[in-house]
Amino acid sequence: MNVHDALFWFFSIAMLLSGVLVIANRNPVNSAMCLVLLFVFMAGLFLLLEAIFLAVIQILVYAGAVMVLFLFVLMLLDIKATEMRGIKWAGLVGGLTVAGVFVWELATILGDPIKPLANANEPFPVGLADVVKPLFVKYMLPFEITALLLLVAMIGVVLLSKKDLR
Amino acid sequence: MTSDLTLNHYLIVSGLLFALGILGVIVRRNALVIYMALEMNLNAANLALIAFSKFNHNLDGQVFVFFIIAIAAAEVAVGLAIIVALFRRKQTVSVDELTTMRL
Repeated sequence: MNVHDALFWFFSIAMLLSGVLVIANRNPVNSAMCLVLLFVFMAGLFLLLEAIFLAVIQILVYAGAVMVLFLFVLMLLDIKATEMRGIKWAGLVGGLTVAGVFVWELATILGDPIKPLANANEPFPVGLADVVKPLFVKYMLPFEITALLLLVAMIGVVLLSKKDLR
Repeated sequence: MTSDLTLNHYLIVSGLLFALGILGVIVRRNALVIYMALEMNLNAANLALIAFSKFNHNLDGQVFVFFIIAIAAAEVAVGLAIIVALFRRKQTVSVDELTTMRL
């Protein structure tokens, strides 16, 4: 087993473990911290897949901006840890069933390996310019629309957060 | 450096993370934690897209992930604003007690 594979197993297992902790933690602040860990490990997986630009964006946007927002709201609302007033058995059984069926289906489909392309193991040189250039050529319109969407979202958030809509 | 990892490895990790996200959305009652589980779902999709992009030598997957991250940021901002507005009105973020629209 070489370093690359070892890193893959480490990042995957650590990421899934932090995912379990996110939904198992009673205190939402701890959940948020585990989610930060999950995002960082996910960025590690992105690096293994040679998506360096996206790994950086993942850390900046998710582990940075989004989680700051989450923690800010958590602290603003000052939510107490949910006291364990009996687990919601219907929810637990239903959730485990749905997730189990999903995993089983996945295992069935992915049972035999998808045949890789002939050149799949060759290095895939991706620089920042290679990733970003499509944004300004092939995906120009979606890129501009995303910018507009961000503006609309910002206005919406300001409106929603006002005390009295006037 | 050759590696034994195939596309399937990444897809299975992505699928497991997605299943965890579904489980979190269904089991948890705190709206904020449900939101975090939704973020996990989005990340699982991102991982699958990047894996496909790498193993097919096609950069479009990475561009999609870029868009998904941008949209997720907008979505989180709006969703958290809605939760704050709800909390201001109802003093709770437990989805069990937000049943105004139930028939």
